Amino acid sequence: MATKNIMIVGVGGQGSLLASKLLGRLLVDEGFDVKVSEVHGMSQRGGSVVTYVRFGDKVYSPVIEEGEADFIVSFEKIEAARYITDLRKDGTVIVNTQQIDPMPVIIGNQTYPSEVLEEMKAKGVHVDDIDALSLASEAGSAKACNIVLMGRLAKYFDIPYEKWEAAIEKCVKPNFVEINKKAFALGYHH
Amino acid sequence: MKELLIGNAALARGIYEAGCSVISSYPGTPSTEITEEFAKYADVYCEWAPNEKVAMETAFGASLRGKRSACCMKHVGLNVAADPLFTMSYTGVNAGMIICVADDPGMHSSQNEQDSRHYAVAAKVPMLEPSDSQEALDFAKIAYEISEQFDTPVFIKMCTRVAHSQSIVEKGERTEVTKEYVKNPKKYIMAPANAIARHPFVEERTARLTEYAETSPLNRVEQGTGECDFGIITSSTSYEYVKEVFGNSVSVLKLGMINPLPVKLIQDFAARVGKVYVIEELDPVIETHCKTIGVNVIGKEKFSMLGEFSQKTIAKAFGLPEKETVCLDTAVPVRPPMMCAGCPHRGMYYVLAKNKITVLGDIGCYTLGSMPPLNALDMTLCMGASVSGLHGYNKAGGAETENKTVCVIGDSTFMHSGVTGLINIAYNQSNSTVIVLDNSITGMTGHQQNPTTGYNIKGDPAGKVDLESLCHSVGIRSVRVVDPYNLEECERVVKEELAKDEPSVIISRRPCVLLKYVKPKKPLHVNPDKCRGCKKCMKFGCPAISFRDKHAVVDATLCIGCGVCAGLCPFGAFESEGE
Repeated sequence: MATKNIMIVGVGGQGSLLASKLLGRLLVDEGFDVKVSEVHGMSQRGGSVVTYVRFGDKVYSPVIEEGEADFIVSFEKIEAARYITDLRKDGTVIVNTQQIDPMPVIIGNQTYPSEVLEEMKAKGVHVDDIDALSLASEAGSAKACNIVLMGRLAKYFDIPYEKWEAAIEKCVKPNFVEINKKAFALGYHH
Repeated sequence: MKELLIGNAALARGIYEAGCSVISSYPGTPSTEITEEFAKYADVYCEWAPNEKVAMETAFGASLRGKRSACCMKHVGLNVAADPLFTMSYTGVNAGMIICVADDPGMHSSQNEQDSRHYAVAAKVPMLEPSDSQEALDFAKIAYEISEQFDTPVFIKMCTRVAHSQSIVEKGERTEVTKEYVKNPKKYIMAPANAIARHPFVEERTARLTEYAETSPLNRVEQGTGECDFGIITSSTSYEYVKEVFGNSVSVLKLGMINPLPVKLIQDFAARVGKVYVIEELDPVIETHCKTIGVNVIGKEKFSMLGEFSQKTIAKAFGLPEKETVCLDTAVPVRPPMMCAGCPHRGMYYVLAKNKITVLGDIGCYTLGSMPPLNALDMTLCMGASVSGLHGYNKAGGAETENKTVCVIGDSTFMHSGVTGLINIAYNQSNSTVIVLDNSITGMTGHQQNPTTGYNIKGDPAGKVDLESLCHSVGIRSVRVVDPYNLEECERVVKEELAKDEPSVIISRRPCVLLKYVKPKKPLHVNPDKCRGCKKCMKFGCPAISFRDKHAVVDATLCIGCGVCAGLCPFGAFESEGE
């Protein structure tokens, strides 16, 4: 199988590390060669963060470059736009519609480009937008946005639902398995 | 079982399997997880040292005693540990010792982009450079063998992409290794007479290591299918990008041992492929070697000395077609990292910025105080430089600067190398005011314990440096403690200490809000009837406060209820639940 590329983007502290851990676990269990690349340290302090997940028969580079991403899963609305040049021409953007103002917007130097998803759609990008924050709260924790989005991503894969659930069980602490399974289901079925 | 591990965790596993019993390190991105992962094994000793020099010397002591040891640091940490390094090259080791150093091309979390490979060359110490997690594990074991066989410490050089990328590894079993300690002054006492006798050994060892590099499986030729009329010499993560672009179509000399570099292997490869490109991030270390041994290669004229590479860098350099992509007309505002909502550093910075005080800064989360809207910093150089820099600044500036200049340094950074600067302030008496931002943890690297926290790397109770007593005992009479959530108190104390005609220390103390024991309070909200849209709160730069429809609003998912904004607002618009 040719290498598939998934980018997880968002704001530092939103839980992208758990999402990539879940994907990595699942894809290794499915027998793929997998590479996951993320950056720790300074960017985790509220900055824009990106994680690359690549899988296939043999994966070399740990990073995804311009025009290579099959999926961009964005935890925040404008973060999807920031990385859009990395998307393949026929790729899919899964995006949480939550708005988190970056500092230049907070201090009034720039405005938040609210219409950015509409522009993407107008340019022919397949945008799958979802209010993951509300669904996560419905599942029992606003922090479960990441798993809601993984639920939505799962719809695009041929991997059985139970396998995803099994990966959740392996990746989250026992106390949080139920909330996360519920969040996953809400993302998947919504 | 096949497992997905980041390079650092795989390296820790390799070190463990090789029978290493002692690791001493100082945290630093992207090296921190090597030590954190090693600490999870029960039957070994692992610690955070106050700095990299102490860590390296501790590892050396353990090796001397007969246990395999290691120390881990980021590239700039190696500068701090350079002193023991250069002489350990002369003494060699007893049990094997490795030094893990992680470079940060692209400066994801660093103040410079220095290339650690120069240290290996300069100190004449062998260096291995893995390309992925499995190699990190395997190379650790080989490094210990080299260390004992050639009587030398051995570097394992990581970089951000290898350190923080996960790839599949297979684990092995641990082997125990112990050597006997035998007193040997000629080898271990590096006074001139002994060191003079020892230097020829170092040169002869490098010659033997070069021989080893010619045939070691660490360096391998991958014969291409013949479609390309050139060959590539590469290493580390650049190898992965080369393979991503060219697959098996090009012949590759993949170097796993970066010092010393082989001679004949490179000459033979070049003779076979004709035209040779060297693809390496940062400085032309391999390229320079090739040119020195008479192999004409193409390197830095085609590949930058700046930042990280990727498959795109390489494809572009070879003129391969770019991938089709989507572009938007809308400009997306930048999202730089910033201090967290509720960060205790913010209060102190607000006070310093408000009073237009010159602030010499240091390395840690609090470097983010330089960002707008606070713009509170004037300088950041390296670990500890704020304190010693302030001393020099005030010695040069005298009365013109003494009453309006401070330095800020975190608790861990102060332990690392700030305290020696403070001793200089006390000893040579500059009228300087040092602010220790004590958030009771090493923050930026992800919460490591340090000598001021009272806990060790495993979270068990440990010795604790009392900052107030330490400052007093080095000769600072005026030592004050403030709560950075209390802006009035901070402002008053800063002004008082700056006015004094003697050195002083202010300890700004409140734990990092991300610590598990710091329980967030209920988020505040803005009463739109009281908010007049004056934007005074926006000068505080809290990420939880933004401005919409002429009013401030609080993002309840980010607010931790510190309440400092409530004290700032002249109209009492920030309210807690129930108000």
